[in-house]
Amino acid sequence: MGYLYKSGLGLSLAAVAFAAQAAMAQTPPGVLVVGQIAEPKSLDPAAVTAVNDFRILMNVYDGLVRYKDGTLEVEPALAESWTISEDGTEYTFDLRGDVSFHDGTPFNAEAVEFNFDRMLDETHPFHDTGPFPLSFFFSAVEDVEAVDGDTVKFKLNAPYAPFLSNLAYPTGLIVSPEAMKSSGKEFGRNPVGTGPFKFAEWESNAKVVVTRNEAYWDGAPALEAVVFRPITDANTRVAEMLSGGIDVMVEIPPDSVASFDGNGFTLLEQAGPHLWFLILNAKEGPFADKRVRQAINYAIDKKTLVENILQGTAEVASGPTPPAFSWAYNEALQPYPYDPAKAMALLKEAGHEGAELVFYVTEGGSGMLDPVPMGTAIQADLAKIGLSVKIETYEWNTFLGKVNPGLEGKADMAQMAWMTNDPDTLPYLALRTGAWPDAGGFNSGYYSNPEVDKLLEAARSATDQTERATLYRQMQEIVYEDAPWAFIANWKQNAATAEQVSGFKLQPSFFLLLKDVTKG
Amino acid sequence: MHLYVLKRLLAIVPILIGLTVIVFAIMALIPGDPATAILGSYATPENVEKLNRSLGLDKSVFEQYFIWLGNLLQGDLGRSYSLNRPVLDEVLERFSATLILAGAALLLCTVWGLLIGIWTAARQYGWTDKILTFVVLIGISVPSFWLGLLLILLFSVQWRVLPASGMFAIYGGGDLPDLLRHLILPAVTLSVVATGVIARLTRSAMLEVLRQDFVRTARAKGVPESSVLYRHAFKAALVSVIPVIGIQAGFVLGGAVYIETVFQWPGVGRMLVQAISTRDILLVQGGVVVVAGSYVLFNLLADLAQSWLDPRVKT
Repeated sequence: MGYLYKSGLGLSLAAVAFAAQAAMAQTPPGVLVVGQIAEPKSLDPAAVTAVNDFRILMNVYDGLVRYKDGTLEVEPALAESWTISEDGTEYTFDLRGDVSFHDGTPFNAEAVEFNFDRMLDETHPFHDTGPFPLSFFFSAVEDVEAVDGDTVKFKLNAPYAPFLSNLAYPTGLIVSPEAMKSSGKEFGRNPVGTGPFKFAEWESNAKVVVTRNEAYWDGAPALEAVVFRPITDANTRVAEMLSGGIDVMVEIPPDSVASFDGNGFTLLEQAGPHLWFLILNAKEGPFADKRVRQAINYAIDKKTLVENILQGTAEVASGPTPPAFSWAYNEALQPYPYDPAKAMALLKEAGHEGAELVFYVTEGGSGMLDPVPMGTAIQADLAKIGLSVKIETYEWNTFLGKVNPGLEGKADMAQMAWMTNDPDTLPYLALRTGAWPDAGGFNSGYYSNPEVDKLLEAARSATDQTERATLYRQMQEIVYEDAPWAFIANWKQNAATAEQVSGFKLQPSFFLLLKDVTKG
Repeated sequence: MHLYVLKRLLAIVPILIGLTVIVFAIMALIPGDPATAILGSYATPENVEKLNRSLGLDKSVFEQYFIWLGNLLQGDLGRSYSLNRPVLDEVLERFSATLILAGAALLLCTVWGLLIGIWTAARQYGWTDKILTFVVLIGISVPSFWLGLLLILLFSVQWRVLPASGMFAIYGGGDLPDLLRHLILPAVTLSVVATGVIARLTRSAMLEVLRQDFVRTARAKGVPESSVLYRHAFKAALVSVIPVIGIQAGFVLGGAVYIETVFQWPGVGRMLVQAISTRDILLVQGGVVVVAGSYVLFNLLADLAQSWLDPRVKT
């Protein structure tokens, strides 16, 4: 009888011995291992929507333009320079002549034309490599024409100022036409670009490996290779980082941030173009009255939300435009202070004391941070000024299905968060009268102010950045005063790096740019 | 016997068809659609409609189901829109990972469950019986995802002897020792509950058998105690334990969903969780067909083993 026990015990001991004998493999020098939050969907830049995928793409591809280091302002990349026609509808780009794709084929004006035709022209032979969910970023583009080898011209159907900043977004990254022709639908798993790293390998659910592009036009990167590992469970991601299995970790959950402060780790933070807010139903009920909407802004203790629930992973928001858009942000605006007495006075003035409100809360979703605890904290704050708030919680997809068609007849307020790449996007899609849900927009609270509409239209057709900035600042002042939303928080992206990593920076765009990172 | 196996195998077909109908119906009933999931905050009604059309989701649920079924008969499980690759490739790749994990866990829980069961039955009410029974009770009660995190904290973060997640080392791995190192923590975690269940049932089955006449006769004849336990009593007790192992195989497959998420094991359970949250109905169907099919197969194997051990059990 002893035999069986010995074999059972032996089986387990042998396994443990195996483990102990092979000491924990540290990540090799020169190879950066990045812990990602999910498996990428595809590495075709036109086909994806998630920041998680963008983190890889930005290292494999280039766009015609890119964001200047540390800002959301546009600078040249594959295009050396450009001119904009007087009426703002023609953009002519001069391309770099010395760039090749990783497959050796040259980058030129035809390649640019191919890229945009593939996305926008439904008759293009490679349009079936889609769908291209964010192609509406370029819906203003009427025609792309290769004038000569190094010159490409975009014709827009109307002036559209965010065009350049959309080109810097991953949807505007340039893929190799030859590789697209040979891979077809499988291109997303065999990506070829011009970026600082070349795609090497994608092992499903285990890793994506990219290696140094020695011939990179902007100087070869220092790292030999980067490995992106999808680790969906946040606790496991933290454990991997603590045990040395990854060198860089992004999106550290608020509760774990303290583990990486010191202990040989470097903790990085960067506020992004993100806004977490409450949509208030201005069409009916108490929030039809501006004073009640302002009361909500006074009644919510945003500082406590940000410090206690989000553990400092966000900053208090002051208005509709996040400070990360530094050139368009109105510095004069201060967040609504926490002032329950003033909130109660406003409620009394409006005659809505003790109102009952329905509040849509989501369980989680892109950019939503910690929606359930935040929802209950807000409920408690509003109870203090005598409002009785009934929370209805929905899973993210269901939630969007309820909120996007508009809150009328269903709810008084709803959580929402947006991350954008241009100061135009969020207000244009969610604050204009022309963006009410029945018109196909995201203005689910039915805010309407003709002045704001006018400013937003004017800013969109202005091509001069200073002029646009002035218009956006005016818009912010009006929206702040009208309070169609309760402005709560701007998310700070965070990341931790291991001791041996240097040169790592976070960008306000939330992209991960690894060209200048080194690992000893 | 052959006829029986054939009949049981054929019976899988209606089970699977029924299942796929149910899964399709549930996926159609739950709110939210893939286009909304893909577009996130950009999901305007217009964008959603356009994307649905290019995904082929503008057809009715019935049409979609029958198109899917028709393709299935030709061995085509469709293309996953959340992963942008053929469902069959993904499912097969993932399922082999799950089989390795579930197989290792099943081996562990069977060996340990039987050993503990026999040991405790042979020493009923002795102190080792009491201790082991208590430990087993804890094992059954501990939530496995919590146990998994605890093991990661101890073995990976604290002592740094085992990797925290994944199936192979990111660099320079890929061989069998590497796989085993990655397998230990998830397989142990996954096996704990099943070990407890098998141990308890083995113990009571053994106790029942040990009270029977033939055991008393064997002992009276002077057969050594170890031989009484293993050759006589255990073989008789095994008949009632085998079906339980078959059922545990199903639980181990189901439990793999949590364990794969905690340990980032690239298996079919984690795939299903992701597929459901992105409303990737084809991927969900593909995964469910494979998991359900193997569950039915496991039970068939257990039934066959039982009838082989005990000819009285008719097949």
